[in-house]
Amino acid sequence: MLIITVLGIILVVLGLWGMLTQKNIIKIIIGFSIMDTGTHLLIVSIGYIKDRTAPIMDKAVGNASQVIDPVPSALVLTAIVIGLAVTALMLTYAIKLFEIRKSLDINDFKELKW
Amino acid sequence: MVKQLFIIITLVFLVIMLLPLMTEVKPFEDLSLVSQKYVNAGPDELGSQNLVTAVVVTYRGLDTLGEVAVLFIATAGIGFFLRKKAVEEKDMKSKASVLVRTGTALLLPLILLLGVYIFLHGHLTPGGGFQGGVVIASGILLLMLAQSDIKINISLLYWIESLSGAFYVIIGILGLALAGGFLDNRFLPLGDFGRLFSAGAIPIIYSLIGLKVGAELVGILNNMQRSQ
Repeated sequence: MLIITVLGIILVVLGLWGMLTQKNIIKIIIGFSIMDTGTHLLIVSIGYIKDRTAPIMDKAVGNASQVIDPVPSALVLTAIVIGLAVTALMLTYAIKLFEIRKSLDINDFKELKW
Repeated sequence: MVKQLFIIITLVFLVIMLLPLMTEVKPFEDLSLVSQKYVNAGPDELGSQNLVTAVVVTYRGLDTLGEVAVLFIATAGIGFFLRKKAVEEKDMKSKASVLVRTGTALLLPLILLLGVYIFLHGHLTPGGGFQGGVVIASGILLLMLAQSDIKINISLLYWIESLSGAFYVIIGILGLALAGGFLDNRFLPLGDFGRLFSAGAIPIIYSLIGLKVGAELVGILNNMQRSQ
């Protein structure tokens, strides 16, 4: 599962880089989404155990030594939904900001700058 | 230039912070103690085949209630910010192509059916209320793309959302009164392991979550479409 961990770290760093360097608000939101996905991959990779299968019990999968950890999967399920809600809210803010200034460049909003 | 330097320093620190996940953390050989309890006791105790569902809906059900509340608050915020301008600028939207319209007529019932299937079988197969709700909302999005002048019945959406949220809490309280604790699913019979009508209240709770999430996401889409 090392490759998923590496991929998760790459996505987190790439997302933060996008949020810090991009000027367009939409691109900042995309950076946030990429970082979100990276953290999901990291959490899922922690719960994985080698050579085991999904925690769904049936005739073939009967006991605890055959399944991966269900708790990180449940946590990621929660995190994905919250990430979706937050992304939608941020896009709404972007729409409102565009209505006010007719611009999506973050440099045009100087009120909170110091 | 200083700004660039700060950004690079931040990113390097982030990489240094995350590197131990790659190098130091050993892959787990076995489940943690909490997970072992969930996996060993879950099928017999709750009758749910999908253990992720058992954790989400029952063992950590209070968290899921909070998650639904967060989703509701985000939807309310979006509705608050985008509430104006419902009437003007109707005629500037162009009509969708015949391909999109025919495809929607063919696919929409199937997509809605798939969404309902996913949240009804949340305790048996991968999937559940949130996934099913998102699938339903994607079907409605296709409908909005095909017929840009469509009117979504807002009050119906609000009723579905409020009623499913209220019934979710009522079922939780029923679990508190009739079974072991808040959101306990065992006040209904557990049924045969692996059948559709099993696992006590889990299918009911997940259906309510599916309806609520679907209604909320359709509300978000509707708000965003009206505000353009």
